[in-house]
Amino acid sequence: MTSMLLLLADGRFPAGAHAHSSGLEAAVAAGLVTDLASLRGFLVGRLATGGLVAAAFAVAAHRAAAGDPGPALARLDAELDARTAAPALRAVSRRQGRALLRAGRALWPGGPFAALPADPTGPHQPLVLGLVGAAAGLDPAELATAAAYGSVTGPASAAVRLLGLDPYRVHGLLAALTADVDATAARAVAAADGPPEWLPAGAAPLTDIHAEVHTTWEVRLFAS
Amino acid sequence: MRARARVVARADGRGGTRLTELRGESPLLLRSTAAEGGVATVYVVGGAAGPLGGDDLLLEVEVGPGAALRVGSVAASVALPGRPGTAASRMRVHAVVHDGGILHWVPEQLVAAAGCDHVAESRVELAAGARLTWRDELICGRYGESPGDAVVRTSVDHGGRPLLRQSTAVGPSAPGWAGPAVLGGAPATGSLLLVGPDVPPGPAAQPGPGAAPGVGMPPGVGVRSGGLPVPRARPASGDGGAVAWLALAGGPAALLTATAADAHTLRERLTLA
Repeated sequence: MTSMLLLLADGRFPAGAHAHSSGLEAAVAAGLVTDLASLRGFLVGRLATGGLVAAAFAVAAHRAAAGDPGPALARLDAELDARTAAPALRAVSRRQGRALLRAGRALWPGGPFAALPADPTGPHQPLVLGLVGAAAGLDPAELATAAAYGSVTGPASAAVRLLGLDPYRVHGLLAALTADVDATAARAVAAADGPPEWLPAGAAPLTDIHAEVHTTWEVRLFAS
Repeated sequence: MRARARVVARADGRGGTRLTELRGESPLLLRSTAAEGGVATVYVVGGAAGPLGGDDLLLEVEVGPGAALRVGSVAASVALPGRPGTAASRMRVHAVVHDGGILHWVPEQLVAAAGCDHVAESRVELAAGARLTWRDELICGRYGESPGDAVVRTSVDHGGRPLLRQSTAVGPSAPGWAGPAVLGGAPATGSLLLVGPDVPPGPAAQPGPGAAPGVGMPPGVGVRSGGLPVPRARPASGDGGAVAWLALAGGPAALLTATAADAHTLRERLTLA
């Protein structure tokens, strides 16, 4: 399954991930991320909060896909809403979910995507990722790795554009974080065994606040 | 130490509220004070001496239909390390508010002292017609010190559906907690959750004079909307503080969330006029 994992985790996968900085653009504007060291702090915090939550929900959705997914996915959708206090971040998650769903349907027409809860703004991205992972035949550990990895690679490549950082050093940073990404994925898989209410819920106050500020900008380089 | 406390508030049938149950045990003692405007008031006493590592404290709160209860505390609680080898200290709150009931949970701050290992876990069940004010304030370390491990976990259901789940973790076991994605170096963080049919979706975003594009609201400029003198969102600035008004998906409910340079500034940001 290694090639399939690479395909899904590839930044060139057509799900629009390149349009998002996952809060980095607003953190840069607030003067909180200025160099490699502060970028590292951003990525580590992001991985431990939103990264872990997204990976755990992706695995939970993957598990739901095996049975009668409708009710389980509706419950996960509500639980993910409750973990996403910022309206801007809920909108981003659903917009990214819609983009990923389009790709998933095209690549795996037989996937269980019809079971996703109907929401006019789209399904949450981690739930779609879980179903895409199931349709693609990934196991939970591979899926969690793709989710956790995606939570740091997006902002890292945005940092190259926003701050003009040396891309070799930014990728060096990502290489140094791979053990943390793997550990986060393992935690997500373990956590996904529990009831939806007890799935990870790591909060990141500045990510919430800056996401709201970001939506008020007239000019921005990234959609989030 | 293990301690359990319980308070039950019921409507008295004459527009007021009476406490039908009020019991605690050291170090979790409850005192009631005179009701104000039909709202019964209870204070948690003795919080300043802990919790210490190994403590396991549980407070149960129930607000009956049509009753109104305010719960405060007389002092900040300071989570401190226990003897070597003791388990984490734990403070659990389980609150149930029935239809037409009102709970104002407005305790003083939780201070995570150096070396502590503390979990504060709140579980709130609101009937569809219940109202809630829920304040959580976390101060990372006493003056000039780095905090130990503290996790503040809040889980709120409204009308049987999940409304809010969030877990704020600080200290050496919480990767990146002080970094720019989480607190950005601010030593104080907290939130004020408002639930009820009269909670507005948010103050209108009206940048004040001189607000630069991309900066949201300038410091100190509040927009009055529904009596809420708060900006919709203000990014982290020189004093390390930021604030935003977040309309929740399972509303009518909103979360005012903030970071600040100190407990006093945090309280100001989490106080509505």
